[in-house]
Amino acid sequence: MYRTNVLCCAGTGCTASNSQQIYDNFNEALKKYGLEDEVKVIKTGCFGLCQKGPIVAVYPDKVFYNHVTPEDVEKIVSEHLYKGRVVKELEMTDEDLLTKETIYDIDKIKFYEKQQRIALRNCGKINPEDIYEYIAVDGYEALGKVLTSMTPQEVIDVMKASGLRGRGGAGFPTGVKWQFEKDQPGDEKYVICNADEGDPGAFMDRSILEGDPNAIIEGMAIMAYAVGAHLGYIYIRAEYPIAVNRLRIAINQARELGLLGKNIFGTGFDFDIDVRLGAGAFVCGEETALIASIEGKRGMPNPKPPFPAVAGVWGKPTSINNVETIANVPQILLKGAEWYSSIGTEKSKGTKVFALGGKIKNTGLVEVPMGTTLREIIYEIGGGCPNNKEFKAVQTGGPSGGCLTEKELDTPIDYDNLIKAGSMMGSGGMIVLDEDNCMVDVARFYMEFIVDESCGKCTPCRVGTKRLLEMLTKITKGEGTLEMLDEMEQLCYEIRNTALCGLGQTAPNPILSTLSHFRDEYIAHIVDKKCPAGVCKDLLTYSIDPDKCKKCSMCARGCPVQAISGVPGKEPYVIDTTKCIKCGACMSACRFGAVTRG
Amino acid sequence: MKSLEDLKKMREEALKRVEMREGDKDYRVVVGMATCGIAAGARPVLNRLVEETAEKSYNCTITQTGCIGMCVYEPIVEVYGKDGEHTTYVHVNPEKASEILAEHIGKGHVIDEYTVNAVQNQGV
Ligand SMILES: Cc1cc2nc3c(=O)[nH]c(=O)nc-3n(C[C@H](O)[C@H](O)[C@H](O)COP(=O)(O)O)c2cc1C
Ligand code: SF4
Ligand code: SF4
Ligand code: SF4
Ligand code: FES
Repeated sequence: MYRTNVLCCAGTGCTASNSQQIYDNFNEALKKYGLEDEVKVIKTGCFGLCQKGPIVAVYPDKVFYNHVTPEDVEKIVSEHLYKGRVVKELEMTDEDLLTKETIYDIDKIKFYEKQQRIALRNCGKINPEDIYEYIAVDGYEALGKVLTSMTPQEVIDVMKASGLRGRGGAGFPTGVKWQFEKDQPGDEKYVICNADEGDPGAFMDRSILEGDPNAIIEGMAIMAYAVGAHLGYIYIRAEYPIAVNRLRIAINQARELGLLGKNIFGTGFDFDIDVRLGAGAFVCGEETALIASIEGKRGMPNPKPPFPAVAGVWGKPTSINNVETIANVPQILLKGAEWYSSIGTEKSKGTKVFALGGKIKNTGLVEVPMGTTLREIIYEIGGGCPNNKEFKAVQTGGPSGGCLTEKELDTPIDYDNLIKAGSMMGSGGMIVLDEDNCMVDVARFYMEFIVDESCGKCTPCRVGTKRLLEMLTKITKGEGTLEMLDEMEQLCYEIRNTALCGLGQTAPNPILSTLSHFRDEYIAHIVDKKCPAGVCKDLLTYSIDPDKCKKCSMCARGCPVQAISGVPGKEPYVIDTTKCIKCGACMSACRFGAVTRG
Repeated sequence: MKSLEDLKKMREEALKRVEMREGDKDYRVVVGMATCGIAAGARPVLNRLVEETAEKSYNCTITQTGCIGMCVYEPIVEVYGKDGEHTTYVHVNPEKASEILAEHIGKGHVIDEYTVNAVQNQGV
């Protein structure tokens, strides 16, 4: 019987900073101290605090260590686990994360206070490679209940009443989708879990799969029972090796226990899952392209209708749902539609997971009830912009979404409010921008991504997005005209209305939203030939204010191209703008603020 | 696994693996485990507490702490109740540990004669 559990984060973030070695070192050190029968080390999924990683949590003491290195492990074992003395210097002490800085207790972490974890409920709590731990926290209970006591229609009715909407971006009601498929004739039907997650900056789905793969298996089994399918596909990008591996382990364990396969729970229901790896193209997350890819064809979208619910994979009825959507399903069936629909706003029920990134102190993964405001997420959970920089905007919805400004910070987040405010929920990427971000450059970044990812099947997207990118590039170089802004806007609407799939239809959003909120920044680039944030290199000139220059020569010594000349102690330094490559080194080198950028 | 019944059995078995990560217990039992405590025999006390709590499902978590500063009284076991009330047992051995669990955690009766106050008064 173990007296203590040490939970080592084995999510992608912490694995990248060597948490596997930490895990191994723990096992070794425990042996050395003769504690291997008293203390158990467990690998778990992402805690959501990746920036503080690698994370190690000790239960039942509820002590949270951050930035742990493999070398720290012996100290934790000899001091904390052997002698009971918490290793203070490794404890999380960040005032932004803790409510009271002297109480070190996982439950007191501010970061989690505003959160409500449903989809992420087991991430960082259980060992994802041990199906028994999932079972211990009520795993597969919902499936058992559904198979033994509910009809497929009853399951769908619960889903409809719960108000759950798709978390993959479009927000379609999940129960309604299942009903479409169930109502189709025929015995050969399929379900698909969309784990493509192509939005740059999003990693919610990866974390769920890494931290709680059994929840996806259970959710898919319930989905299959409801719609009448017997085979499910998980379509996941090959760039997620840890998630793929954990899924495979979980599927094998579920098969061994008879939770997948024939005659599940002795009810005669058969279901199994096949994992399909994608090459990581953004467009393959679009459902019709994804289905083509599963069938071994090139991943290109097809016109809808027919919708997948009518003719999906292999031409048969298919329901396709996002990872996070599916992760909510077992909880809804277990706790009931009433419980679920009591969380959130009128038209958006439940919680949403966001991947917080960009210019924010606590980057990481957060799950909040719908209706939480952007301000709560960015300031109360995220801790605001670091280095006292001024908040400028927050980008939601990735390449399909838009930017929201200070004015919208108090908007309760749900599907409809975000669209009204000119952005969208998307899959849950949330990137905070501060005064140092140029909005034209941000729009250009997303357009570049779209041009790379457009599959080329239809002209508006293939040609149109290229034209948009050309115009944006010209503007960032100071070669834009005011007419271009109208031209861009016009083209945006055309692409939105004529592109074949969602990728093209939503591609103009980053431009449209920055144009509407930050038109003055575009104008500054075009008319004044200036980039107010100091990002667009072609519009920057560095110069030295001779009155402020103390003739110390620091700048000249740091310049990589010898563009600065002067005589130490005698003549103020000057920059030769024809040689200058705008690297900014002189500006950071000068301790007297004599170098200016404009 | 062929039935809900099987799942339930499996869960009860599996629960022991994760139970200590669930917070809310009525009591928190803390063993002093610094060098002095270990030398005085705190480790067998700790092991006994852990084993019996698991076996008899007492409503408490068992944790350890460093030096409490009363080295002459080690091994020391402190019991914290939900309302913050707090009892310090001293010179605990595995047998006394079992009694403390059965009486204090199990029935809510403090064993006065093992507490630090009783022992201190005796000394006077
Ligand atoms: C270009 C494009 C990319 C998409 N990528 C994803 C993705 O990575 N993951 C996802 O779940 N849905 C993605 N979707 C949405 C899917 O087409 C589909 O609506 C979704 O998987 C349905 O599941 P849901 O109802 O649970 O959200 C994408 C859509 C488009 C147009
Ligand atoms: S909109 Fe773009 S990604 Fe979609 S089908 Fe057309 S070219 Fe392909
Ligand atoms: S570092 Fe600043 S003060 Fe020194 S020579 Fe350069 S510009 Fe002048
Ligand atoms: S910006 Fe870079 S290249 Fe230009 S003068 Fe300063 S150090 Fe030299
Ligand atoms: S990967 Fe460890 S906290 Fe996110």
